[in-house]
Amino acid sequence: MININIHKTLQGARGEMNLDINLSIKEHEFVTLSGKSGSGKTTLLRVLAGLEDAKGEIKVANKIWLDKKNSLAVQKRDIGFVFQDYALFPNMSVEENLLYVNKDKTLAKQLLELTQLTAMAKRLPNKLSGGQKQRVSLCRAFMARPKLLLMDEPLSALDVDMRLKLQHDILALHKKFGTTTIMVSHDPSEIYKLSNRVVILENGKITQDGTPKNILLKTQGSQKFSLIGELLEIIQADIIFIAVVAIGQQIVEVVLDEKEASNFHTGDKVQVSTKAFAPMLSLAH
Amino acid sequence: MNQLDLEPFLLSFKLASVVTIILFIIAIPVSWWLSRTTCRCKPFVEAVVSLPIVLPPSVLGFYILYALSYNSPIGAFFEETFGIKLVFNFTGLVIASCFYSFPFMVQPLQGGFESLNKNMLEASYIAGKSKLKTLWHVALPNIKPALLTALIITFAHTVGEFGVVLMVGGSIPNETKVASVAIYEMVEIMDYKMAHIYSAIMLGISFTVLFSVYLFNQRHAKRIGV
Repeated sequence: MININIHKTLQGARGEMNLDINLSIKEHEFVTLSGKSGSGKTTLLRVLAGLEDAKGEIKVANKIWLDKKNSLAVQKRDIGFVFQDYALFPNMSVEENLLYVNKDKTLAKQLLELTQLTAMAKRLPNKLSGGQKQRVSLCRAFMARPKLLLMDEPLSALDVDMRLKLQHDILALHKKFGTTTIMVSHDPSEIYKLSNRVVILENGKITQDGTPKNILLKTQGSQKFSLIGELLEIIQADIIFIAVVAIGQQIVEVVLDEKEASNFHTGDKVQVSTKAFAPMLSLAH
Repeated sequence: MNQLDLEPFLLSFKLASVVTIILFIIAIPVSWWLSRTTCRCKPFVEAVVSLPIVLPPSVLGFYILYALSYNSPIGAFFEETFGIKLVFNFTGLVIASCFYSFPFMVQPLQGGFESLNKNMLEASYIAGKSKLKTLWHVALPNIKPALLTALIITFAHTVGEFGVVLMVGGSIPNETKVASVAIYEMVEIMDYKMAHIYSAIMLGISFTVLFSVYLFNQRHAKRIGV
């Protein structure tokens, strides 16, 4: 069980912000932190790691990491951390990067096999692709056999194919080592696949907390599907209007009548949903 | 005509070697601290460290001469307690050169440390390694070009100094008469031939040293793919 109750004042891009987090996480849980940039997700991870200080308490499996008097040093927290930019040691080979954490050669070999990196063991990080680097970073994080694994947008710098492969590796390692994992991510499919709990942060506060299905599924009432997109343009074609909407990587068209068209403006965040056959467009919240 | 006397060169290189080793040991903690600190006193420390770059060598030399001489408490203390004279001998030259060349060691190292990926250093702390271990195993090996630049520039700069050495050391053969001072004296007595030979040797050595540093840095950059 991990109990977090922390408070910290941050100097953000939009002035001062208070990070107030009260969160309990069960052992072996996979929690994703999501929310707009600047909402305090990364700071929360860094406070948990001991890289930044904060007021309050952090208790991990009856061990106190932070209270009024003490803050356990980052070196003593037994965590794994995966950075978005990999943060590998460029002067060490893949194998040395792992053994630097812990001299356990058997574990290093096993991790490299699991992530199909055995052939790369003697290479320096700059001879690896982005996906390979992040797999090394993942292996390195597990070398400490961490009770708590923290990942800060680990896959956001990678392309789609590589992400799928890494998602599989992350899940496999999380289960094999029985770690408790906290990940920052914005990718709904990734969150859905990996985590069993999603916590949404807004301006330093938790606004939603639940299962990925409850939080990510946007349909309400009789809606069959519902997608959030950005309105790019409204084109008039004779008496009807066509709204061009970007949803993820795709562009779709939705037909509107004149009255509907006058409600929308280019750049609006919109929700595309359907009840029966024709998709409908409405302003998204 | 004089015989080609290599003693001033040997003395210059001996001085430069000793100074480089001493400064390397002192500059690593100072530059590491400067690269990491958020202390409000940082600009002050940086200004003090960089002073020898802008100060006329005669000014620096004068202060050091005064501080080390028997007239000052420091000089008097060393002479009375340990029986060591600190001016007009090799020891005095080493102390003066350490002040004079300090920024040339600190600045490249500080720049190197500042260019390191902060996350990479944090990854080392998370791996349970102390700051000292991180410095030794992660930070230093990843600033090799800066390290080499700092060592070589400090060495070359010490070989090339003149004003401070003359002020603090004078020109005692085999003790404080380094190559630059020897050349000055040759010009004074109008022995232009020897001055030419000595100067050419200095020019050749200096160029070779700098060329090697920049060549290494170029190759290193290619190898690690910067």
